[in-house]
Amino acid sequence: MADVKRVERPLSPHLQIYRKQLTSVTSILTRITGNALIVAAVLAVWWLLAAATSPEYFATANAVATSWFGDLVFAGSAWAVWYHYLAGLRHLYFDAGKGLDIETAQKLGWGNIIGSVVLTVITILLVQ
Amino acid sequence: MRYLTARKRAEGKGASHTGTEHHWQMTVSAVALAFLVPSWLYVFGKALGQSQEVVVATFARPFPAILTALILVVGMRHFAKGATMMIEDYARGTARKMALIGVYSLSAVIVATGLFALIKIAL
Repeated sequence: MADVKRVERPLSPHLQIYRKQLTSVTSILTRITGNALIVAAVLAVWWLLAAATSPEYFATANAVATSWFGDLVFAGSAWAVWYHYLAGLRHLYFDAGKGLDIETAQKLGWGNIIGSVVLTVITILLVQ
Repeated sequence: MRYLTARKRAEGKGASHTGTEHHWQMTVSAVALAFLVPSWLYVFGKALGQSQEVVVATFARPFPAILTALILVVGMRHFAKGATMMIEDYARGTARKMALIGVYSLSAVIVATGLFALIKIAL
Protein backbone atom coordinates (compact mmCIF):
# COMPACT_ATOMS: atom_id res chain seq x y z
CA MET A 1 0.00 0.00 0.00
CA ALA A 2 3.07 2.25 -0.11
CA ASP A 3 2.55 3.66 -3.59
CA VAL A 4 -1.14 4.13 -3.77
CA LYS A 5 -1.86 5.95 -6.98
CA ARG A 6 -4.01 9.00 -6.59
CA VAL A 7 -6.97 8.41 -8.80
CA GLU A 8 -8.20 11.38 -10.78
CA ARG A 9 -11.81 11.20 -9.79
CA PRO A 10 -14.39 13.12 -11.76
CA LEU A 11 -15.69 16.16 -9.97
CA SER A 12 -19.39 16.69 -9.65
CA PRO A 13 -20.57 19.42 -12.01
CA HIS A 14 -20.22 22.74 -10.23
CA LEU A 15 -22.54 25.63 -10.81
CA GLN A 16 -19.95 27.48 -12.89
CA ILE A 17 -19.81 24.81 -15.60
CA TYR A 18 -23.21 23.23 -15.23
CA ARG A 19 -25.46 24.24 -18.10
CA LYS A 20 -28.31 26.35 -16.83
CA GLN A 21 -31.69 24.76 -17.13
CA LEU A 22 -35.14 26.08 -16.35
CA THR A 23 -35.55 23.58 -13.53
CA SER A 24 -32.25 24.48 -11.85
CA VAL A 25 -32.69 28.24 -12.28
CA THR A 26 -36.23 28.19 -10.86
CA SER A 27 -34.97 26.12 -7.93
CA ILE A 28 -32.09 28.52 -7.17
CA LEU A 29 -34.44 31.50 -7.48
CA THR A 30 -36.65 29.97 -4.79
CA ARG A 31 -33.77 30.11 -2.34
CA ILE A 32 -32.64 33.59 -3.37
CA THR A 33 -36.12 35.12 -3.18
CA GLY A 34 -36.91 33.47 0.15
CA ASN A 35 -33.75 34.69 1.82
CA ALA A 36 -33.81 38.14 0.20
CA LEU A 37 -37.24 38.82 1.73
CA ILE A 38 -35.48 39.47 5.05
CA VAL A 39 -34.60 42.98 3.77
CA ALA A 40 -38.27 43.88 3.34
CA ALA A 41 -39.06 42.29 6.71
CA VAL A 42 -36.52 44.50 8.47
CA LEU A 43 -37.74 47.64 6.67
CA ALA A 44 -41.42 46.86 7.30
CA VAL A 45 -40.96 46.14 11.01
CA TRP A 46 -38.85 49.28 11.48
CA TRP A 47 -41.56 51.31 9.74
CA LEU A 48 -44.25 49.75 11.99
CA LEU A 49 -42.18 50.42 15.12
CA ALA A 50 -41.79 54.05 14.04
CA ALA A 51 -45.56 54.36 13.49
CA ALA A 52 -46.10 53.06 17.03
CA THR A 53 -43.52 55.39 18.56
CA SER A 54 -43.83 59.05 17.54
CA PRO A 55 -44.68 61.37 14.60
CA GLU A 56 -41.01 62.39 14.26
CA TYR A 57 -39.78 58.80 14.17
CA PHE A 58 -42.53 57.88 11.69
CA ALA A 59 -41.56 60.77 9.44
CA THR A 60 -38.00 59.41 9.25
CA ALA A 61 -38.94 55.75 8.69
CA ASN A 62 -41.76 56.61 6.29
CA ALA A 63 -39.42 58.81 4.24
CA VAL A 64 -37.10 55.81 3.80
CA ALA A 65 -39.94 53.30 3.24
CA THR A 66 -41.54 55.46 0.55
CA SER A 67 -38.30 56.71 -1.06
CA TRP A 68 -36.98 55.26 -4.33
CA PHE A 69 -35.03 52.80 -2.18
CA GLY A 70 -38.15 51.76 -0.29
CA ASP A 71 -40.12 51.46 -3.53
CA LEU A 72 -37.36 49.30 -5.00
CA VAL A 73 -37.27 47.03 -1.93
CA PHE A 74 -41.03 46.64 -1.60
CA ALA A 75 -41.75 46.27 -5.34
CA GLY A 76 -38.90 43.75 -5.66
CA SER A 77 -40.14 41.95 -2.56
CA ALA A 78 -43.67 41.80 -3.95
CA TRP A 79 -42.26 39.83 -6.86
CA ALA A 80 -39.97 37.81 -4.56
CA VAL A 81 -42.81 36.85 -2.24
CA TRP A 82 -45.07 35.79 -5.13
CA TYR A 83 -42.29 33.86 -6.80
CA HIS A 84 -41.44 32.13 -3.52
CA TYR A 85 -45.15 31.54 -2.92
CA LEU A 86 -45.69 29.78 -6.26
CA ALA A 87 -42.41 27.90 -5.98
CA GLY A 88 -43.48 26.76 -2.51
CA LEU A 89 -46.78 25.47 -3.85
CA ARG A 90 -44.83 23.65 -6.56
CA HIS A 91 -42.64 22.16 -3.83
CA LEU A 92 -45.68 20.89 -1.96
CA TYR A 93 -46.91 19.35 -5.21
CA PHE A 94 -43.51 17.72 -5.78
CA ASP A 95 -43.52 16.45 -2.18
CA ALA A 96 -46.81 14.72 -2.90
CA GLY A 97 -44.88 12.77 -5.55
CA LYS A 98 -46.55 14.52 -8.46
CA GLY A 99 -45.30 16.57 -11.41
CA LEU A 100 -41.78 15.16 -11.24
CA ASP A 101 -41.35 14.29 -14.92
CA ILE A 102 -39.22 16.80 -16.82
CA GLU A 103 -41.97 18.12 -19.08
CA THR A 104 -44.36 18.88 -16.20
CA ALA A 105 -41.58 20.30 -14.02
CA GLN A 106 -40.61 22.72 -16.81
CA LYS A 107 -44.21 23.74 -17.37
CA LEU A 108 -44.57 24.42 -13.65
CA GLY A 109 -41.31 26.41 -13.79
CA TRP A 110 -42.70 28.67 -16.50
CA GLY A 111 -45.89 28.88 -14.47
CA ASN A 112 -43.82 30.15 -11.53
CA ILE A 113 -42.06 32.82 -13.58
CA ILE A 114 -45.07 34.10 -15.50
CA GLY A 115 -47.46 33.71 -12.58
CA SER A 116 -45.20 35.63 -10.22
CA VAL A 117 -44.93 38.58 -12.61
CA VAL A 118 -48.70 38.65 -13.18
CA LEU A 119 -49.45 38.47 -9.45
CA THR A 120 -46.89 41.20 -8.72
CA VAL A 121 -48.50 43.56 -11.23
CA ILE A 122 -51.97 42.80 -9.81
CA THR A 123 -50.74 43.36 -6.24
CA ILE A 124 -49.09 46.69 -7.03
CA LEU A 125 -52.14 47.91 -8.98
CA LEU A 126 -54.40 46.80 -6.13
CA VAL A 127 -52.57 48.56 -3.31
CA GLN A 128 -51.19 51.68 -4.95
CA MET B 1 -25.21 -11.86 12.99
CA ARG B 2 -26.34 -8.43 14.04
CA TYR B 3 -29.81 -8.00 15.37
CA LEU B 4 -30.33 -4.65 13.69
CA THR B 5 -33.28 -3.83 11.52
CA ALA B 6 -32.80 -1.99 8.25
CA ARG B 7 -34.42 1.04 9.86
CA LYS B 8 -32.01 1.08 12.81
CA ARG B 9 -29.05 1.03 10.43
CA ALA B 10 -30.46 3.95 8.48
CA GLU B 11 -31.42 6.13 11.44
CA GLY B 12 -29.29 9.23 11.90
CA LYS B 13 -27.45 8.65 8.62
CA GLY B 14 -29.23 11.41 6.72
CA ALA B 15 -27.49 14.67 5.89
CA SER B 16 -29.04 16.49 8.86
CA HIS B 17 -28.88 13.58 11.36
CA THR B 18 -32.26 14.74 12.62
CA GLY B 19 -34.63 12.92 10.31
CA THR B 20 -37.43 14.72 8.54
CA GLU B 21 -38.50 17.05 11.38
CA HIS B 22 -36.99 20.14 9.73
CA HIS B 23 -38.61 19.40 6.39
CA TRP B 24 -41.98 18.74 8.01
CA GLN B 25 -41.89 22.04 9.91
CA MET B 26 -41.10 23.88 6.67
CA THR B 27 -44.12 22.16 5.09
CA VAL B 28 -46.43 23.14 7.95
CA SER B 29 -45.31 26.77 8.01
CA ALA B 30 -45.44 26.94 4.19
CA VAL B 31 -49.08 25.86 4.16
CA ALA B 32 -49.91 28.35 6.94
CA LEU B 33 -48.19 31.16 5.02
CA ALA B 34 -49.99 30.20 1.81
CA PHE B 35 -53.20 31.21 3.60
CA LEU B 36 -51.79 34.24 5.43
CA VAL B 37 -49.61 36.00 2.85
CA PRO B 38 -52.12 37.16 0.17
CA SER B 39 -54.40 39.02 2.58
CA TRP B 40 -51.45 40.42 4.54
CA LEU B 41 -49.91 41.82 1.32
CA TYR B 42 -53.16 43.68 0.74
CA VAL B 43 -53.35 45.03 4.32
CA PHE B 44 -49.69 46.11 4.37
CA GLY B 45 -49.71 47.45 0.82
CA LYS B 46 -52.76 49.58 1.54
CA ALA B 47 -51.21 50.96 4.76
CA LEU B 48 -47.80 51.70 3.24
CA GLY B 49 -47.57 55.29 2.05
CA GLN B 50 -50.44 56.50 4.28
CA SER B 51 -50.20 59.04 7.09
CA GLN B 52 -49.29 57.89 10.59
CA GLU B 53 -52.93 58.25 11.78
CA VAL B 54 -54.14 55.90 9.05
CA VAL B 55 -51.32 53.41 9.68
CA VAL B 56 -51.99 53.35 13.44
CA ALA B 57 -55.75 53.09 12.85
CA THR B 58 -55.21 50.19 10.44
CA PHE B 59 -53.02 48.12 12.75
CA ALA B 60 -55.22 48.91 15.76
CA ARG B 61 -58.04 46.91 14.16
CA PRO B 62 -58.18 43.20 15.17
CA PHE B 63 -57.88 41.59 11.73
CA PRO B 64 -54.79 43.48 10.48
CA ALA B 65 -53.14 43.23 13.92
CA ILE B 66 -53.70 39.49 14.40
CA LEU B 67 -52.79 38.77 10.77
CA THR B 68 -49.55 40.76 11.10
CA ALA B 69 -48.70 38.98 14.38
CA LEU B 70 -49.22 35.61 12.68
CA ILE B 71 -47.14 36.66 9.67
CA LEU B 72 -44.34 37.72 12.04
CA VAL B 73 -44.31 34.53 14.11
CA VAL B 74 -44.92 31.98 11.35
CA GLY B 75 -43.00 33.90 8.67
CA MET B 76 -39.87 34.44 10.75
CA ARG B 77 -39.91 30.81 11.88
CA HIS B 78 -40.14 29.78 8.22
CA PHE B 79 -37.33 32.20 7.37
CA ALA B 80 -35.01 31.02 10.16
CA LYS B 81 -35.45 27.38 9.19
CA GLY B 82 -35.13 28.12 5.47
CA ALA B 83 -32.01 30.22 5.96
CA THR B 84 -30.64 27.38 8.10
CA MET B 85 -30.87 25.10 5.06
CA MET B 86 -28.92 27.58 2.97
CA ILE B 87 -26.24 28.09 5.64
CA GLU B 88 -25.84 24.34 6.14
CA ASP B 89 -25.28 23.98 2.39
CA TYR B 90 -22.61 26.67 2.04
CA ALA B 91 -20.83 27.18 5.39
CA ARG B 92 -18.76 24.91 7.62
CA GLY B 93 -17.45 24.94 11.18
CA THR B 94 -17.37 28.20 13.11
CA ALA B 95 -18.71 30.28 10.22
CA ARG B 96 -21.75 28.00 10.04
CA LYS B 97 -22.41 28.25 13.77
CA MET B 98 -22.08 32.04 13.76
CA ALA B 99 -24.34 32.39 10.73
CA LEU B 100 -26.98 30.12 12.29
CA ILE B 101 -26.94 32.04 15.57
CA GLY B 102 -27.08 35.31 13.62
CA VAL B 103 -30.11 34.20 11.59
CA TYR B 104 -32.02 32.95 14.62
CA SER B 105 -31.20 36.14 16.54
CA LEU B 106 -32.26 38.39 13.68
CA SER B 107 -35.53 36.49 13.35
CA ALA B 108 -36.17 36.79 17.08
CA VAL B 109 -35.43 40.54 17.04
CA ILE B 110 -37.82 41.09 14.11
CA VAL B 111 -40.62 39.13 15.83
CA ALA B 112 -40.11 40.92 19.16
CA THR B 113 -39.95 44.36 17.53
CA GLY B 114 -43.02 43.75 15.38
CA LEU B 115 -45.08 42.37 18.28
CA PHE B 116 -44.01 45.29 20.50
CA ALA B 117 -45.12 47.76 17.84
CA LEU B 118 -48.47 45.97 17.40
CA ILE B 119 -49.11 45.90 21.16
CA LYS B 120 -48.18 49.56 21.51
CA ILE B 121 -50.54 50.50 18.68
CA ALA B 122 -53.31 48.34 20.16
CA LEU B 123 -53.06 49.85 23.66
